[in-house]
Amino acid sequence: MQVGVLALQGGFEPHLDVLRSLGVAARAVRTPRELAELTHLVLPGGESTTLHHLLTLFGMWELLRARHAAGELVVFGTCAGAILIGRAATDGARPPRLGLLDVALERNAYGRQVDSFRAELEFEGAPLPAVFIRAPRIASVGPGVRVLARHGADPVLVVGPAALAATFHPELSGDSRVHQRFLELAPSAAVVS
Amino acid sequence: MLNTTTPTRTPQAAQDVNVGLARMLCGGVIMDVTDAEQARIAEGAGATAVMALERVPSDIRKEGGVARMAAIEKVLEIQAVVTIPVMAKARIGHFVEARVLEQLGVDFIDESEVLTPADSEHHIDKRAFRVPFVCGATCLAEALRRIGEGAALIRTKGEAGTGDIVEAVRHLRLVNREIRMVRSAPREELMAIAKELRAPYELVLQVHELGKLPVPNFAAGGVATPADAALAMALGAEAVFVGSGIFKSADPARTAAAVVKATARWNEPDIVAQACRESGAPMRGQSAAAMAVEERLATRGW
Repeated sequence: MQVGVLALQGGFEPHLDVLRSLGVAARAVRTPRELAELTHLVLPGGESTTLHHLLTLFGMWELLRARHAAGELVVFGTCAGAILIGRAATDGARPPRLGLLDVALERNAYGRQVDSFRAELEFEGAPLPAVFIRAPRIASVGPGVRVLARHGADPVLVVGPAALAATFHPELSGDSRVHQRFLELAPSAAVVS
Repeated sequence: MLNTTTPTRTPQAAQDVNVGLARMLCGGVIMDVTDAEQARIAEGAGATAVMALERVPSDIRKEGGVARMAAIEKVLEIQAVVTIPVMAKARIGHFVEARVLEQLGVDFIDESEVLTPADSEHHIDKRAFRVPFVCGATCLAEALRRIGEGAALIRTKGEAGTGDIVEAVRHLRLVNREIRMVRSAPREELMAIAKELRAPYELVLQVHELGKLPVPNFAAGGVATPADAALAMALGAEAVFVGSGIFKSADPARTAAAVVKATARWNEPDIVAQACRESGAPMRGQSAAAMAVEERLATRGW
């Protein structure tokens, strides 16, 4: 298992800290060469337009899609990272999506920063503290995707073939169960969109 | 505009949510903009956020007069065209400008020495707000006083509007040197250090335990080229603010994209070299060392 966190922009340090606390030699990933070696990649929170810009600029966007489609890579997207791994927006809303997980996400769906909040979720039968920061909302979930946690009626943690997405920030709450779940996922060849 | 049904927050939740947003800006570039067109260029070039202000710092220096928060219609116009966070500057101590900006729904407020200070003794009580604040600091003590007042993000107080990186470098090195000192000091000396620094003891203790500030630290002031941005990152800045450096350069869109590129991969000389080559000619600038003390903005605030 080769685990990395995309470290071009965003909250990558806290993800590296959580993974290392689980005994995983997680690496910061900034180049196509580093990406090509991984079996597990975290796409952190940050700005999704910036992350799309940089992944494209450095030749990592298509490589990421190809490696996931070939069944070589498991992805875990949080917040902006979740937006990027989701399916393409039907209204053409930017940024473009990687389409690795069959969920539709709306950006900034809860409002501006003054509307950001902390909430207690339930995950695997126990409470999970969660921080939502200018969070996206999962508007719809495809048939191959399972909801693992909700906030009210909204799915906020979902899993599909070789892909996990959280609209909140499990890396900021001091609870490593979501990362543990990510590490348990195995690569699988699956085309979403 | 503003959601009136927002849930209440405990102080810890406010801290988590606001410092959390600062962490999401790491590795990125926040660009000063004065109108919607500039905001669009910044977002297109990969900026993580834009800073709305009336005039960029180099124009404030040139034109003089009282520098205040941006006009309301400008802030609204900028918010309408971008999806990335919109920040705006308020004068030091001007808590009513800050309330107005919070009411508009800006995502971050910069209590900034670039504007004319409104209070010569007191900074804003930032814990009284939902919106996060960023404040400038020249040294560890100043950073801890601002964090004590509730700042969710610290930035250096390099000389804004000069295009001269020397002051930002001085502040980054000084803060890091002082953090190393606090980190290596025996625990029983921390109260004396807090007394000497005139900084809250609890925050000195946190720095001792973490080996870094409890909030992110970004570079600001005098960043004019991709190499300047990479230098700031190499000295430990977690992201950069670029003011006059973008829209006073010969080709703002190219300069903006080049600074974003160099910031993301600051530790790879071949990438920084490419970014320098792709950048527009930088702003001409003004040497900070040659400036009279009364022209220096970093001395505003304490």
